Amino acid sequence: MTGIRQVPVAEGLFTWPSEEPRLIGAQCAGCGMVGFPAGLACARCGSDQFTQKLLPDTGTLWTFTTQGFRPPSPPYDGTDTAESFRPYAVGYVELPGEVVVEARLTEPDPARLSIGQQMRLAIVPYSVTADGTEVVTFAFAPAADRGSAASVAREA
Amino acid sequence: MEAAIIGVGLHPFGRFAGKSAMDMAAEATRAALADAGVSWPQVQSGYIGSLEVYNPDAIVARLGLTGMPLRGVFNGCATAGTAVAMAARAIETGEHDLTIAIGMDKHPRGAFAADPSVLGLPAWYGQTGLFLTTHFFGMKINRYMHDHGITLETLAKVAAKNYRNASANEKAWRRTPMSVAEILGSPVLNYPLRQFMYCGPDEGAGAVVLCRADQAHKYTSRPVRVRASTLRSRRLGAFEVHSPWLPAAEYAPSPTVDASREAYEIAGIEPQDVAVAQLQDTDAGSEIIHMAENGLCKDGEQERMIADGETEIGGRLPVNTDGGLIGNGEPIGASGLRQLHELVLQLRGAAGARQVPGSPAVGYAQLYGAPGVAAVTILST
Repeated sequence: MTGIRQVPVAEGLFTWPSEEPRLIGAQCAGCGMVGFPAGLACARCGSDQFTQKLLPDTGTLWTFTTQGFRPPSPPYDGTDTAESFRPYAVGYVELPGEVVVEARLTEPDPARLSIGQQMRLAIVPYSVTADGTEVVTFAFAPAADRGSAASVAREA
Repeated sequence: MEAAIIGVGLHPFGRFAGKSAMDMAAEATRAALADAGVSWPQVQSGYIGSLEVYNPDAIVARLGLTGMPLRGVFNGCATAGTAVAMAARAIETGEHDLTIAIGMDKHPRGAFAADPSVLGLPAWYGQTGLFLTTHFFGMKINRYMHDHGITLETLAKVAAKNYRNASANEKAWRRTPMSVAEILGSPVLNYPLRQFMYCGPDEGAGAVVLCRADQAHKYTSRPVRVRASTLRSRRLGAFEVHSPWLPAAEYAPSPTVDASREAYEIAGIEPQDVAVAQLQDTDAGSEIIHMAENGLCKDGEQERMIADGETEIGGRLPVNTDGGLIGNGEPIGASGLRQLHELVLQLRGAAGARQVPGSPAVGYAQLYGAPGVAAVTILST
């Protein structure tokens, strides 16, 4: 890890800082269903009582698409411009037995993504604040891509 | 008491600089009233919807201050389905004898942009670039193509059909026919969807006048019966727009499937009876998926049906005969009223160059949108 200061886009989404970050899910105290992130009420039984549950950091790609232009801003707050914007991919990753999570994917090329492929959680910078602090969010990288999450993100 | 449609009015869809949504809606309403042969003071109640217009019910100042109850409704892209369902329900329950549904919108150019909080979503979902409705359509058709063997060329054929149908519709927005090659050659917006496979937000308005079916012949020789008007929200396990997560172990079909099954049951009509359908084609993939979700074919069958031209005007099951959303754009509050306008013309045999041959007797309309809500209306002669 370099000396660049990093902050998560929101608290309670993933364990950070961490050598092995995990998404933070919520298990319903009423019916046991696992959701992400911690919500206002269980989507199955309506209970508002939860216990924290760290989710698996690997899963399979259920579907994906790409974002070919800079999203409307706000709400998007990436520090890129329409000219410097780099297309990214978005997908749903099935974390076995738990949840299917929507996330950015580190691999922007659809030709290098396929439904069913193994994916691994990566914490990636997507924006930089005025003082140079990187804002990080969760994403998934093809599991075949070795190396640290941060290096995967910078290559992407 | 069953409700019948006795009048329809549609302001053209497109871009109309300097013209307000409410002025368009007033024109559409006057056209619907004239079509029905009734005056505004005869209308006993109504339902009106818009995304962009804060108080669409303020239209009474342009139509007549009669004191009638005009209720505002909103269900995203299914808004007009709710307006029509409520206007029909007022008649079905005996509350009123003559009602109206109105919809209007005037959207800014480009992709819909909003704060995620308006849909109950967390701020980070928008900040990090996940809050885009179009992602859902790309991801749903990508998975559907993988599971059911639909090809990209079939998506392009659907879009080409809708531009072709729009070219015969003087009220449509995108009236220039486009070839399959041009559509496939347009930029990828959300893989696998190309730019010309999407509808765009635009402007327009529509209105529908309804009355008790047993009084309809006082107004028209060709009333159109409202056989069912349903709306369903998403269930746990359905793959829906703007879902940060889904349960891994539970599955439910789209609310379109639920709304559709309920509508067929209420109407006592089978999918094979449908002679013409207007389906939510936010993108070409949605039209393909919605064919199956509305019971009009099996999953995967679309590949052959579209190759054989079955969804063309003149085919076995014409879909989006007026050009659909791809050809007309989507002014959200009015989009479903455009669908019913087209179905009523088709069932009257008055659709001109777009007329489905063989005197179609059953018309079917479906809307789908955020936050995972679908509306179905079934009409018949």
